[in-house]
Amino acid sequence: MNYLYFLYIEFLLRHNIPKLFGDITFYIIPFCVIAAALIVVVLVLVLAERKLLGFFTQRKGPNRVGFWGVLQTLADAFKLLCKENITPKSVDRFLFNLAPIIIFIPVMTALGIIPYSAEFTFVNTQTNVILYLILAAFPVISIFLAGWASNNKYSLLGAMRSISQVLSYELPITFVVLSIAVLSSSMNLTGITMAQFSKWGFFGWFMFPCVLGFIIMFISILAELNRCPFDLPEAESELVCGYNTEYSGMRFALFYLGEYAMMFANSMFIAVLFLGGYLSPFGKYLFNSSFLIYFEQAFWLFLKAGIILFVMIWIRATLPRLAAFDLLKFSWVYLLPLSIINLFIAVLIKMGELA
Amino acid sequence: MTATMKLKLNLGPQHPSTHGVLRLILELEGEKILSCEPDIGYLHRGMEKMAEKMSYIQYLPTVDRIDYLAGCFYSELLCRIVEQAFEVELPDKVRAIRVMLLELNRISSHLLWVGAFLMDLGAISPYFYAFREREMILRYFEKLTGQRMMYNYFVFGGVRKDIAYLEDVEEIISVLPDKINDYEKIITENPIFLKRTSGKGVLELDTAVNHAITGVNLRASGLNYDLRNIDYLYKGFDFGAVVLDGKDCWARYKARIMEMRESVNIIHQALEYLKSAPALEQKLINPLNLKLPEGDYYAEIEAPRGLASCFVRSLGDDRPYRLKWRTGSYYSVNLLRKLLVGEYLNDAIAIAGSLDIILPEVDK
Repeated sequence: MNYLYFLYIEFLLRHNIPKLFGDITFYIIPFCVIAAALIVVVLVLVLAERKLLGFFTQRKGPNRVGFWGVLQTLADAFKLLCKENITPKSVDRFLFNLAPIIIFIPVMTALGIIPYSAEFTFVNTQTNVILYLILAAFPVISIFLAGWASNNKYSLLGAMRSISQVLSYELPITFVVLSIAVLSSSMNLTGITMAQFSKWGFFGWFMFPCVLGFIIMFISILAELNRCPFDLPEAESELVCGYNTEYSGMRFALFYLGEYAMMFANSMFIAVLFLGGYLSPFGKYLFNSSFLIYFEQAFWLFLKAGIILFVMIWIRATLPRLAAFDLLKFSWVYLLPLSIINLFIAVLIKMGELA
Repeated sequence: MTATMKLKLNLGPQHPSTHGVLRLILELEGEKILSCEPDIGYLHRGMEKMAEKMSYIQYLPTVDRIDYLAGCFYSELLCRIVEQAFEVELPDKVRAIRVMLLELNRISSHLLWVGAFLMDLGAISPYFYAFREREMILRYFEKLTGQRMMYNYFVFGGVRKDIAYLEDVEEIISVLPDKINDYEKIITENPIFLKRTSGKGVLELDTAVNHAITGVNLRASGLNYDLRNIDYLYKGFDFGAVVLDGKDCWARYKARIMEMRESVNIIHQALEYLKSAPALEQKLINPLNLKLPEGDYYAEIEAPRGLASCFVRSLGDDRPYRLKWRTGSYYSVNLLRKLLVGEYLNDAIAIAGSLDIILPEVDK
């Protein structure tokens, strides 16, 4: 990041633009980059999900627009842009319009926290794990607003479910992240990644000492993302479409975009915590030049995130939905105690290392 | 102001999991259902009144529409009424053809139910798997009768034309048991599925009997009541009874799966007979100027969704004075009033789904 920063300042100075301007604008550029990259990522992700679901359910999936259906999501996005933005009569107009915007801000920021490669983190504070956790739980506020402002009973029930769900799955996530912080002696995502480095390659990953935590984390992230089998807030067969029943056109697209972007961000978060982030699984990188290594690191991170996303989609194709009551019980009765046990195991391992 | 307020929720008539246009007026406290009031009639087409203005042969093609998933059963009922009136003995070959088609139709109906039920529970894949197998059956019907759903194949005194394409049926019944095993592998013992269905929507036997529940729902509550055992059409066929004592949604699911296997068994026997049977010889009743002798006629059959029956009062005219259908789903809808109270909303969807309600059959 520093490298890019110096390049940028140097570029500005060459054109006689003061350094102060560069200091301020430098932090805006990454968000523009993220915003652009995000759209592409979501388009690819949605297409991948539809193709994979098609594969799992013995269909072809989208295959009409563009070669092999690659432009299908682009066409869908265009369609949503062109559609009428319906605002029902009895909604709370201000909150109704605010909700889709709110879901998007935390996602953008959360993506800025992820270390894509050794030198490429937009927001690199000492304790950015905690910042990430806060941002990851943030979309529920938007869901609550959407459910409340829509003035629709199905939306309200969806929002109600979503809040209880996120509240009960936030705690296991926090405990698991705590155990990772103990193991790596760091609250910084880059620090956590580096702590997993070993010359044995993937044996250094926290997936192995923290296998319990890995499973808990994966399940809880699924719940927090409202993904199947925890997709109660938007349970199609029960609540029609849950909190976004009343949304249409671009506002709906923002929800959709935010949801999938969060899915992508969270799977990268799991990859950083448990699968060594941008580290190569072989212990050493394939490329030698320092510049290419950054790309290779980003490739490994995306590959790991991709595998997690694949499993998420696979699960969606396989499992039925949990009942609301069982969902909460599952978290409080099983996941929370197990995550505390996981924390103890992490502490013991760390004590063994230090002794 | 009270501490808790009731929420009145209209589940339907446009809702993804009411399988048609059923409206359930629910009173909720949180997600708990305090009362349920089914509101039907959105798909009422006047099937019974229509009969009074039509001759029997005009009416015959429309009865498939009473239950679009199992049309054969209703045309069989109307044919049976007329055959009863003229005391026609069906030849063995016609009986075998009818049994085979009825059972194929039953399987296709149950297959759709398996898919839709799992869809209600949030699993998407079984829906497509079930449709893949159902497609084979529909293809066969299309080849044989020219229609995928409204077959209009049974006529008074026999069938419209001789059976054909038996090799297709052979393929269907050779593939189906494996496919049903596949469903069982991903569904039956799935812990989430068990959690959602076992112990949910318990239908006690006396409740079921008092609410006139028949068919699979009754047999899953522990009573061996299957009209096929005494049906003259099924005479000579050997099949086991599907009776489960679970009383819950899981038992109803399992019973339907088991019934599909039994149906495959019956089709197998019919197929063995048909392969070596001589060419079709039947005495059809002339449908033109058909007048039923004065009197009351009643016929019943074991349809996929319970006992289906037809009652006709004729005054000796070429059209019935009054015609009444009895369909299984109608009584299942009424049962929701009792079964849903005290359940949570997402269990309610599972319970309503497990009863296999189909709305055209309810509204008629």
